[in-house]
Amino acid sequence: MRDHFINRLTSLVEDHPSIVLITGDLGFGVLDEFQKKYPDNFINAGVAEQNMTGIAAGMALEGKIIFTYSIANFPILRCLEQIRNDACYHETNVNIISIGGGFSYGALGISHHATEDLSIMRSLPDITVIAPSSYWEVEQATEAIVQNEKVCYLRLDKSSGRDMDNNLQQPFLIGKPRTLTDGDYCTIFVTGGILEEVWEAYDSLQNLGHKIRIVSVHTLKPFDKTAVIDAAKTTGGIVTVEENTLDGGLGSLIAETILDNGIRPKKFLRIGLGPGFSSIVGSQKYLRKCYGLDSKSITSKVLKLISG
Amino acid sequence: MESKELANKIRVHALKMANSGGGSHIGSALSMADILAVLYSDIMNFDPKNPKLETRDRFILSKGHAGAAVYAALAEVGFFSTEKLATHYQDGSDLSGHVSHKNVPGVELSTGSLGHGLSVGVGMAKVAKMDKKDFRVFVLLSDGECDEGSIWEAAMFASHHELDNLVVMIDYNKIQSLDSIENTLGLEPFKSKWESFGWSANEINGHDHNQLKSNLENMPSIESKPNVYICHTTKGKGVSFMENSVLWHYRCPKGEEFDLALEELQQKK
Repeated sequence: MRDHFINRLTSLVEDHPSIVLITGDLGFGVLDEFQKKYPDNFINAGVAEQNMTGIAAGMALEGKIIFTYSIANFPILRCLEQIRNDACYHETNVNIISIGGGFSYGALGISHHATEDLSIMRSLPDITVIAPSSYWEVEQATEAIVQNEKVCYLRLDKSSGRDMDNNLQQPFLIGKPRTLTDGDYCTIFVTGGILEEVWEAYDSLQNLGHKIRIVSVHTLKPFDKTAVIDAAKTTGGIVTVEENTLDGGLGSLIAETILDNGIRPKKFLRIGLGPGFSSIVGSQKYLRKCYGLDSKSITSKVLKLISG
Repeated sequence: MESKELANKIRVHALKMANSGGGSHIGSALSMADILAVLYSDIMNFDPKNPKLETRDRFILSKGHAGAAVYAALAEVGFFSTEKLATHYQDGSDLSGHVSHKNVPGVELSTGSLGHGLSVGVGMAKVAKMDKKDFRVFVLLSDGECDEGSIWEAAMFASHHELDNLVVMIDYNKIQSLDSIENTLGLEPFKSKWESFGWSANEINGHDHNQLKSNLENMPSIESKPNVYICHTTKGKGVSFMENSVLWHYRCPKGEEFDLALEELQQKK
């Protein structure tokens, strides 16, 4: 996802010369082309995320379109107050890019597990929270947030689900979930690159004769409820899948939507991370298996919920 | 308006605002009133009728708790009516205790959590350099605020990027929230700390208007370096029983204390 983001961003600078990419001293080898092509639109702020975010707000207040760039929790947690007070409260076009959502950096340890970011960021006022689930969505999102004059948190993943070659060709609109497949066995709402596991579960379930609906919730905030209402009415149940804590993430968002709108899905299940930190080391795929987020676990949980 | 007259008006307004709203931080507002008055009377370029004038100098109060003094200065120089000051701290007011920009023309940045204003000011100054604009950025810090690591992150960035269009004024009254600076986290050698971070640093008397003017008129004092003026001040300046007292960081002036303070300030008109 990272490469798709930076390539698209690089292609946008010519039409949007006020774009400035600020890195917190990360992106070795990845940002070279951008920096070489647009040296005046590039700043390395050093290992100083609070200042990076503060200057981002100051530059955006002077009319720049800012992208701050770092990995995992670094661009959001150390500087959360700068995001809240300086960027969000002042309604700035500061876009915070985190490379390595969920267990993307699983082997590096808990400091590099971005597993609460979606919950934390969606609680902030006046912010857009986007976690694309495919390369296509990454490119679309990058273009969309340049023009979206608000703070945006963009969570990018190492993994990615397949998209335009195998879906209902739905457009990317900030805040509007995209229905990728139609089906009535159940609906899986998914956010982020873990869509790849959901696609595998889709294939397994289809082999068993069960057609499921997949909805990519690329934007957690703002959020259009239409797809949730429809899924509750027309499919056998609602399942949410996220590589994020169950406290306040996608599953919570869908549950809130259901209760707030007085709708009753036939069945409901949230799949995500339970209590506690992951002290286990391993690849993203390995850790998903450890915590029941892999395709096999998703398949069996869905079968148990709907048919069990 | 002459800077001394403006300084006195800021003090009187700040005292009345603290009294009527039940607010605190009067000591902090009084200690920086002269710095503010000189900036708004003699140094900064701005147009109250056009608060977003592109060429205006930007002013950021990073020590947001002394917002009453900024509201007072802005009202006195014409950004909004001085009558609005009476709403400070009141239910439904735009004028929060810590300085806020929403519906308050002239305020560039809402602050209140210490250690934020300098980075934002650095970002503004960086854009001025990138886009070859002439405006300058003034950021007023408190001394206690320099405990924050983010101040020093910003200081490193500003000198690395040669932001000589950036001016930091430090209200060095030597008292923070609970105790003196010396007993909390000592800042000395303060000037050489800034110099070692690559800044042009000067120590001046933060109540001496002539000294403030002569220094600020000649900035940048060293080309390609950001400027810091460590302004030696007295917390609670202008009200004898508030001066150099930790108590008046938080205490709200009420009753006889308010009457005495007001009388003393009005005598100095």
